Amino acid sequence: MELRVRALEARLSENGYIDPAALDVLIDAYQTRIGPRNGAQVVARAWVHPEFRRWLLQDATAAIASLGFAGRQGEHMTAVENTPDVHNMVVCTLCSCYPWSVLGLPPTWYKSAPYRARAIKDPRGVLREFGVELPQTTQIRIWDSTAEVRYLVLPQRPAGAKLLSERELANLVTRDSMIGTGLPKSP
Amino acid sequence: MTYRSHADLGGQDVPGAIVQEPEGESFHAPWEPRVMALVVAMVPTGMSNIDMNRSVRETLPNYRDLSYYEIWFAALEKLASQKGVLSDAPPPPKQVLRADTVLATIKKGSPTSRPASSLARFSVGDRVRTAAAPAEHHTRLPGYARGKVGVIDTVHGVHVFPDTNARGLGESPQWLYTVKFDARELWGENAQAPYSIVSVDAFEPYLEPA
Repeated sequence: MELRVRALEARLSENGYIDPAALDVLIDAYQTRIGPRNGAQVVARAWVHPEFRRWLLQDATAAIASLGFAGRQGEHMTAVENTPDVHNMVVCTLCSCYPWSVLGLPPTWYKSAPYRARAIKDPRGVLREFGVELPQTTQIRIWDSTAEVRYLVLPQRPAGAKLLSERELANLVTRDSMIGTGLPKSP
Repeated sequence: MTYRSHADLGGQDVPGAIVQEPEGESFHAPWEPRVMALVVAMVPTGMSNIDMNRSVRETLPNYRDLSYYEIWFAALEKLASQKGVLSDAPPPPKQVLRADTVLATIKKGSPTSRPASSLARFSVGDRVRTAAAPAEHHTRLPGYARGKVGVIDTVHGVHVFPDTNARGLGESPQWLYTVKFDARELWGENAQAPYSIVSVDAFEPYLEPA
């Protein structure tokens, strides 16, 4: 693969289609600037500021953009809130649609056949694989991202996190808790 | 020729565990970030659109044997060669992504919403039935949600229609809805209690009143 990729890159560069220096900047951006810590800031803000939470649930694209996270694969955002009664989980059964602007690049399992096949049919089984056991009374809602809307799960604020600052709260927010396959860490 | 997507996996029996991965572990081989960046950098060149890319990926005969970045690479190679981009006389690119415009380009993204030129046919709460027949081309209605009755949950406005855009037939923008289904409607007696709700984002041409 290494050689084939290099050959294609060289040819596209030679033909004036790509600038290798731009590729370096792109890779750096997705390794250092655009990842799940962005989403964690959004979640922590919503936990602390009721007005931001309302805005996020009404117009996620604008609310998220106000924190500086906008653009590619986050152009049309929807935030879905977990409550004691409802647990949300996100999948893309057709490919690998994922909210890059807030979560970065998707983990391999999110793009894998087993997750895409099972998440919609056996969500409790999938959650068990992730070590999450929900009460039988909690309804699970699975969002299959089949168009260009991208979903961010707003997890429940962990109990006992009252005295934490927004930044400390953000540290409790895991990537998986924003996909819905995990829960935030306990303080 | 019959169109066959190998990517429509929802609800299928797929063996194997879901292998978890720590945060920040985006790549597993040195060529993977290059492929990601190549695919993103090719967007402004206008060689193809996202729906064409998805269509080429999902019809790769060995789709199920490839890793995700291998799929991206194989589709990129195929499209580039189909579009003459690798030839000695390539068509000129629309725009080339430069290092100093990368961050602004990412931030801008490529919104798919378009102005509405018609009224939405459905409103929140309406019962709808999805198209039953498999499409003979790229589509975004997954197989498990074909011929099912659901309820409109959200009206998202008008968006580029992948079914035409993937075939180079234009954007033909359509109303987009989130449609929710009860697990029992989707899986019948195989549905597992307590029943969950599954939703898909469906374009208006996929839907009829129920």
